[in-house]
Order: sequence, then C-alpha cells, then structure tokens
Amino acid sequence: MANINGSEINASGKTVYEYLIENNYTPARVAVELNGEILSKTKFNDTIINENDTLEIVGFVGGG
Amino acid sequence: MSLNKEQEMRYSRHFVLKEIGLSGQKKLLSSSVLVIGAGAIGSAAIIYLASAGIGTLGIADFDKVDLSNLQRQVIHRNNRTGMYKTESAALSVSELNPDVNVIVHNSGVNPDNIDEMIKKYDFILDCTDRFETKFLINDACVIAKKPYCHAGVVRFTGQVMTYVPQKGPCLRCLLGYIPAAEDTQYCSEVGVIGAATGVIGSIQALEAIKYILGIGQLLCGKILSFDGLNINIRISNISVNDPECKVCGIRPSIFSVRENTNEYKIPVK
Ligand SMILES: [Zn+2]
Repeated sequence: MANINGSEINASGKTVYEYLIENNYTPARVAVELNGEILSKTKFNDTIINENDTLEIVGFVGGG
Repeated sequence: MSLNKEQEMRYSRHFVLKEIGLSGQKKLLSSSVLVIGAGAIGSAAIIYLASAGIGTLGIADFDKVDLSNLQRQVIHRNNRTGMYKTESAALSVSELNPDVNVIVHNSGVNPDNIDEMIKKYDFILDCTDRFETKFLINDACVIAKKPYCHAGVVRFTGQVMTYVPQKGPCLRCLLGYIPAAEDTQYCSEVGVIGAATGVIGSIQALEAIKYILGIGQLLCGKILSFDGLNINIRISNISVNDPECKVCGIRPSIFSVRENTNEYKIPVK
C-alpha cells in the first residue's frame, strides 16, 4: 500500500504516470511530491510506486 | 497618518478585530497590491481589497469587457461592454471606496513590462486565465523576490497558493514548464461558474491582507484545492522547493524573463 493524498491505496508496482492516467489526472498539469520531494514531470514515466511510499498529487487548472 | 471621521466609520469592524485594529488599518491604507487580471477571480479579489482599504491598488489587464464576461466577472457592469476591464474595475472601486488610489495598466503584463510594473507593489495577485501568463508572473516575482499569490479556476474547481521567497516552492518548482495547449482546459471550452471564482479570488485577497499585516498563516508551501461541485477542500503540504527549479533551484538558468521569452509560450508537443 502507498499513502496517496492521505488515503492508503494499492498502487505498488505502477509507475506514477500509469497511476495518474488511471485516475483521470492530466500529467502535464499535475504536481507530484514523492516522499517529501517534488518529482519532476520528466520522471513520471520511470518512477515506480513502492510499498509505503507517500505521494501528494495536486492538479492545477489555468483559468481565471 | 490619522483617520478621518468617515474612515473611522468605514473601518470600524476592522478596529474590533484584534488582528487588525487601528494600526493594522493604517498599514493597509499605506500598502500597495497589484492585481493582474481583472476577470472573474480578479473581480472578487479587487472588490475585497478595495473594501478593506488597500491604499494603492494596481489593476493590469489588456482585455475589454464583453457581455459573456458578466456571468462571473462581478466587478464589471452591463453598460460597460467595450470598456477596458481596468477602467471598468477602477470605476467600481471608486464607487465603493474613495480611499483607494487605483493605478490602471491597460497593457496587461508581458516579458518586457512586468519587471518594472511589479517593482512598485508590496504584494501581487495572479488572477490571469492562462498558464503562459502564470509562469511569467511566477518567474518575474521569484527573480524580483516579490511575494505573490497564484490561483486558477475552471468549471467548479480551482487552486490557490502563495509564494514568499525562501518559504516554499514556486509554481515552476511544482509544474516545471507550461502545459501544452491540448493538456490545458480553457473556460471558454469547459465552462466556469462565477461563485467558484469568487471563493478563490476572496482567498487571494485574504492572503494579500494577511501578508501585509503579518498575521495568521499563509498558503506558503501549501496548495489549497477547491472543488465546489462536491465541496471538497484539500490542503496539500509541499513545503520544500525543487532543487532543479529553473528559477529558484540550486543552479537556476532563468535570471530575466525578458531574456527568456520562449519560456512563456505554449510548448508544441
Ligand atoms: Zn521554483
């Protein structure tokens, strides 16, 4: 299990990119913090979510 | 600075707040805030900053009032279509509070004028509607070490965060670069409801006021995400900046927005 936005979620083994797509995020407009550090968008594809990882995912919108 | 009788009446509800009081009101009256974008979010922010007695209010926007704006851009009026949004907003402010000195910037912001514009203000609000402008404001403020509050809204949802130098990540830390057009939602395409922009703009005004007064907690190192349709509010704590950030990281590569204009154009996928 990984802790994602405060909930225990079974996402281990997936890449961050796969998790974002499965959960209807647009990766280009998302900020991800993994275990206390900001994860660059260029690393979404080859970063695998491990057991006990803590992720914070924030979607951004551009309107105003 | 001493307050006149009318001001004593006008701000009497501030005086009873121990966080503001007479001395806080004087601070507000001698402060300056720049609101970039007099659209939907900007409408709410401008109204609350003006009513609170921010002494100098800059309003930057290149656009003119259109009938399709009035469903959400509550600072404008039916008889002002075709007028510059800055001029229309300035009119509303003068009707609300004559204490406020409004400075209009009809050109909006661009890489050539933003550095000079933001210099004069204590705090800046990004109430614009495009990521290109949001990155421009972010980078210019980070380089000039200016505190500012970012926000965005589409449909029923939005986000707010405040940047204060050395107090947390900037927008570029979080998103890296401007999303491509196909990854961006525009209000004209997906819609937007005024009441949601009002919530976000009000929070931005509150951030500016708290910063000026030095009270409470700011949304530094925190992103507030608001979903008005399902009433979900989440505060995401992301308190450490990205060491690889091109503008505030360990080895920054952007030292001037004017010399990096390509950074403020939508990338082609
Ligand atoms: Zn940064």
